[in-house]
Amino acid sequence: MQRKQKLTRNTAYFVPYTLWIVLFVIAPVILLIYQSFFNIDGQFTLGNYQTYFTSSTYLMMTVNSVWYAFLITLATLLISYPTAYLLNETKHPQLWLLLIIMPTWINLLLKAYAFIGIFSQVGIANQFLSFIGIGPKQLLFTNFSFIFVAAYIQIPFMVLPIYNAVSELNPSYVNASRDLGATPWQTFSRVIFPLTLPGVKAGIQAVFIPSLSLFMLTRLIGGNKVITLGTAIEEHFLTTMNWGMGSTIGVVLIIAMVIIMWLTGGSKRRPRKGLTK
Amino acid sequence: MKKLISAIIGLLAVCALLAFGAHNLQASSGSNGSKILNLYTWGDYIDPSLLTKFQKQTGYHVNVETFDSNEAMFTKIKQGGTSYDLTVPSDYMIEKMKAAKLLLPLDKKRLTGMQNYDPRFMNLAFDRHNKYSVPYFWGTLGIIYNDKFVQPGSIQHWNQLWQKKYRNQIMLIDSARDVMGFALASNGQSMNTTNPATLLAARNKLNKLSPNVKAVVADEIKMYMIQNEAAIAVDWSGEAAEMLAGNSHLHYVVPTEGSNLWFDNLVIPKTAKHFKAIYAFLNFMSEPQNAAKNAEYIGYATPNQKAKTLLPKAIRNDRQFYPDNRTISHLQIYQDLSPELVGLYNDRYLEFKMHH
Repeated sequence: MQRKQKLTRNTAYFVPYTLWIVLFVIAPVILLIYQSFFNIDGQFTLGNYQTYFTSSTYLMMTVNSVWYAFLITLATLLISYPTAYLLNETKHPQLWLLLIIMPTWINLLLKAYAFIGIFSQVGIANQFLSFIGIGPKQLLFTNFSFIFVAAYIQIPFMVLPIYNAVSELNPSYVNASRDLGATPWQTFSRVIFPLTLPGVKAGIQAVFIPSLSLFMLTRLIGGNKVITLGTAIEEHFLTTMNWGMGSTIGVVLIIAMVIIMWLTGGSKRRPRKGLTK
Repeated sequence: MKKLISAIIGLLAVCALLAFGAHNLQASSGSNGSKILNLYTWGDYIDPSLLTKFQKQTGYHVNVETFDSNEAMFTKIKQGGTSYDLTVPSDYMIEKMKAAKLLLPLDKKRLTGMQNYDPRFMNLAFDRHNKYSVPYFWGTLGIIYNDKFVQPGSIQHWNQLWQKKYRNQIMLIDSARDVMGFALASNGQSMNTTNPATLLAARNKLNKLSPNVKAVVADEIKMYMIQNEAAIAVDWSGEAAEMLAGNSHLHYVVPTEGSNLWFDNLVIPKTAKHFKAIYAFLNFMSEPQNAAKNAEYIGYATPNQKAKTLLPKAIRNDRQFYPDNRTISHLQIYQDLSPELVGLYNDRYLEFKMHH
């Protein structure tokens, strides 16, 4: 009797979760796929996909999006990995982690506007460049500033999973590696990095996927000199009202994300228990 | 016991606060009867002191709600959830709303002061005989330049933007219709062309402009121009007026060979309910001194010619915002295009943005 009650209570716990998933994840995706098969006159068609895969504009835009997302992810990773590693060595890692996460409490738009101020002709960055004698440079609306700001925004999402992986790393493996005569590079590439790889993969997923469809930064910081698929989606939903085409691009993005998940999530095999702790 | 008492006191305090808040909310939303008018307009598009004056004169309280694009306004009116009494669409959107049967015709017998309006801005193609709309403001698309970087008077025409010396100096407003539009005008074509080949030619011309284009941005353009970030910008006259107010080095030019002429007109959407208030407001806004006060506050050009004579000389003789007849005769009003054509304009525009 009691057991049965417990069972129903357990299922009751799942109701909000399932409802959430069905209403806000599965249903929108189905709607998106459904919508992508209709043209602007509301007729069923495969034309949207045909347009997408035969249009050099959209294909170029896809290549662009993937390329920039890759660069952003790479920049983020290069900064976050050493940060996460050193964080683990500090006395109060939780405090430092809090400081790194703090920028995510601030609205994205606000941060973008702050960077406009920093990078503008009379901004702090250019004042500094003038001060050290290089002279003001065009910083806004360049690929550099776009990747810089995007990486700045994504860093907390990369640091967190890597930090978790690093903090789970048992220091005795590192010690053992050194004791057995491995060079620092060998220790890193053969022991530390493979053991923290799950964190890196999780970080890449958390950064690469949203970076694929950044669109506000492309305008505010990139001055629309960087065009990604997000720009096209925004245009199709807001200006041309061609929701079918917009949905098609959305579906392509989802497929791209699935591919990334599959590539980075490759081995689902958990490391042996003894290895983690 | 002590706890219980303090809990009860706390509850009572919260109740009192809520009652006070509800009373205040009701008072401000004016749900106390029919002495109200629901105005749905662009952000900061009416002098607030006129609303107070209107309420004092007529007793009608005006609730102002704002939108930031014609399309957003269209969708909301179409859904019909809120009883908006008046709204201010632009020219092509009036055409679109008319076709979608979202507008109520004006009762001309109840309107006074229609003779105050400049006949040049009445009876236009988007609303023949002003069956549905009363002019509110008008303006143009043009070039803003900073005399720190550009010699005053040296830019008069669209084609001058293509000069090599303006490399990486120009900011464009992120709007497909306007960017394609000025490229078409520079080619001597109609800004409402329906010919795909003409659009393609315009895009090819724009591609040649891209070395000069520093950025394609939206509202931020005002901030950038005021901060001397770029030498030249292409934007609407209303935005230009705000920039000029913020930086005395800026100037606004409407190319004489042609550009866009736009109108924002007051219309009665089919969601309207308070007709007495609507006509009182339309007549109030047609009065020259009110229209003049509004024009001075907003900085856009008023279509009310009697109001224009009341404006300070510096404003009414400003050729930047009240261009001469010859220029006006070359200006073109956007027509409502078919969804396919809107798509085509946007595709060509996207291709230009992709081009580096």
